[in-house]
Amino acid sequence: MTWYIIRRLGQALAVVVGVMLMTFILLHIEPGNTAKAVLGLKATPARIAIFDHTYGLDKPIYQQFIIYIDQVLHGNLGISYQLQQPVTTLISQRLPRDAVLLGLSTLLALIIGIPTGIYQAVNHNQFADDALAGTWFTLYSAPDFLEAFLLIALLCVQFHVFYATFNGGITTVGGLLADWRALILPVAVLSINSVAGFSQYVRTQAIQSLASDYVRTARAKGLSRRLVLYRHVLRNSLLPVITILGLSFPSIVAGALIAESIFNFPGMGLLFWQSALEHDYPVMLGATLVIGVATVIGSLLADIAYGMLDPRIRYGSN
Amino acid sequence: MAATSATSLEEAAEGGVAQGGRGPSGLTLRAFLRNRRTMSGVGIVVALCLFCFAGPLFYHANLVSVNLNLINEPPGPGHPLGTDEFGFDILARLMQGGQSSLELGFAVGILGTVLGLLYGAISGVIGGFGDAILMRIVDSLLAVPTLLLLIIVSSMFSLNLFVIIVILSVLSWPAVARLVRGQVLTLRTREFAQAATAMGASKRWILIKHMVPNTFGICVVTSAFGVADSIYALSVLSFLGIGPPPPFADWGTLLTNGVNNLFNGYWWQVYPPMITLILVVLAFRQIGDAMNDIASGGQTGRIYARRRRLGFLSVGTRFETQG
Repeated sequence: MTWYIIRRLGQALAVVVGVMLMTFILLHIEPGNTAKAVLGLKATPARIAIFDHTYGLDKPIYQQFIIYIDQVLHGNLGISYQLQQPVTTLISQRLPRDAVLLGLSTLLALIIGIPTGIYQAVNHNQFADDALAGTWFTLYSAPDFLEAFLLIALLCVQFHVFYATFNGGITTVGGLLADWRALILPVAVLSINSVAGFSQYVRTQAIQSLASDYVRTARAKGLSRRLVLYRHVLRNSLLPVITILGLSFPSIVAGALIAESIFNFPGMGLLFWQSALEHDYPVMLGATLVIGVATVIGSLLADIAYGMLDPRIRYGSN
Repeated sequence: MAATSATSLEEAAEGGVAQGGRGPSGLTLRAFLRNRRTMSGVGIVVALCLFCFAGPLFYHANLVSVNLNLINEPPGPGHPLGTDEFGFDILARLMQGGQSSLELGFAVGILGTVLGLLYGAISGVIGGFGDAILMRIVDSLLAVPTLLLLIIVSSMFSLNLFVIIVILSVLSWPAVARLVRGQVLTLRTREFAQAATAMGASKRWILIKHMVPNTFGICVVTSAFGVADSIYALSVLSFLGIGPPPPFADWGTLLTNGVNNLFNGYWWQVYPPMITLILVVLAFRQIGDAMNDIASGGQTGRIYARRRRLGFLSVGTRFETQG
């Protein structure tokens, strides 16, 4: 197990460096000149030279990469061209809000997805199973923005149940939660897409659990149907969900970008989208780096948690 | 590392699970033709292709000059599906938009799969340190959501259909590469590959003659998903307004226009592109899903979740072999 964790850590580190290299390359193929972008189009050659020298832009490219890594490790992701604030500040203001949005939607997706998956497995290849699978499959294939607008049309415009946009002044996590009538729709849109993944994964696992010897033994020794489902089927089907949780992070983030730009949710997705419109590369690449690193950490944690929870891996690989 | 859960294609492809003799050979043309789900998917795709590419031969409408007398007309005689905000006939627009959606889908599905196939096969055949490096590159690309990279790149270049095809292909190959490489790792230990090595075949010969043909099954699966994903991605780009500029239209453009007019009550602008877009994505995912079931030994259970592992697999290498 220890050796496994060390090996995984090494791989994760290599991937983080890879992500840094990617953002670095993207930063350097951006059209135009960084100095001109910051100093303005009328900057004199002398001032550009001073700027390049100050920020190390006149050094060879590999040295610049080392400097970039050094800056990132010191929490310096550059300064936003448009907002004139450090990218780190902008991102760290928004991370807690995204934790609320992504956390709530994932939770909701799990609450809906796991029981659905088990139910489908129990009734598998029957009408209920096909109908549910078809529903999730269709929702999964429909674009996020369409779902968002249909929900707005139904629940905000037709029946005035929820709000379609956030009050722009809200910045704290508590404020977001207090504004629950605006929070519900983005959370719902995000979870709709995850439910399909979770429920069908649980379904596949549960079908295998149901067909396994330990379930037959449990039934044979007289355990009730319900107890077998809870104690054996559910537990064994939940384990792989951890991996899915770790891996589905990038897709949830991508969904969050669309949902946030529709619902005006003050998170990373909206920040990213606004900087994309203004060609504010430091913010875009800073956000990309943070999301990439978060993905790597997420799947690393998922793998380690999986290894720790599954006795076959915990004892098996020593 | 012991495989602990289902012997699904991905996990097998990760390299750790013995294929138990069935391997990719289960994926034959016969299995494809006899499967109810692949054939229903193929039926939908063929119908949509006929609709988009053959339809304009029979159904003519003005798609060039704006006619303000005809804007936002509900379905009626002369315009079976009504007209949009420019006075264009929606049925004809649907055919035109579908052409670009489908062209892009097929191009990216094939191109991305070919790139991934070559990369993954080479990585698997050379093995060792080179393989580790090549795979960390794939992991890095998979760690960042495709949509973010797509937005960054599309804010740097001016887009047309060709550029988008190139960008989406470049972004979609890593997942394929990963699967193919896993498949190659398992194939390498099979008798026929060892026999070829024993008879003195070069690595390049084994790669071209034995590995690439044997990963064909995986490639069919991934290209089907690639088509669905790229059509979906193009519609999202169109929604965000960073797709190709106006004379260009895909189903996403039509849907976005419709959605923007949703609150005026012009429902006929929303539902037609919505139905075609969902149908085509659904059909390709159905084909890929069913093919994957065949490839993984007729296992029941649909792929939705397993394909998430496939599409967004980042750095989870639990089932990696020690080699």
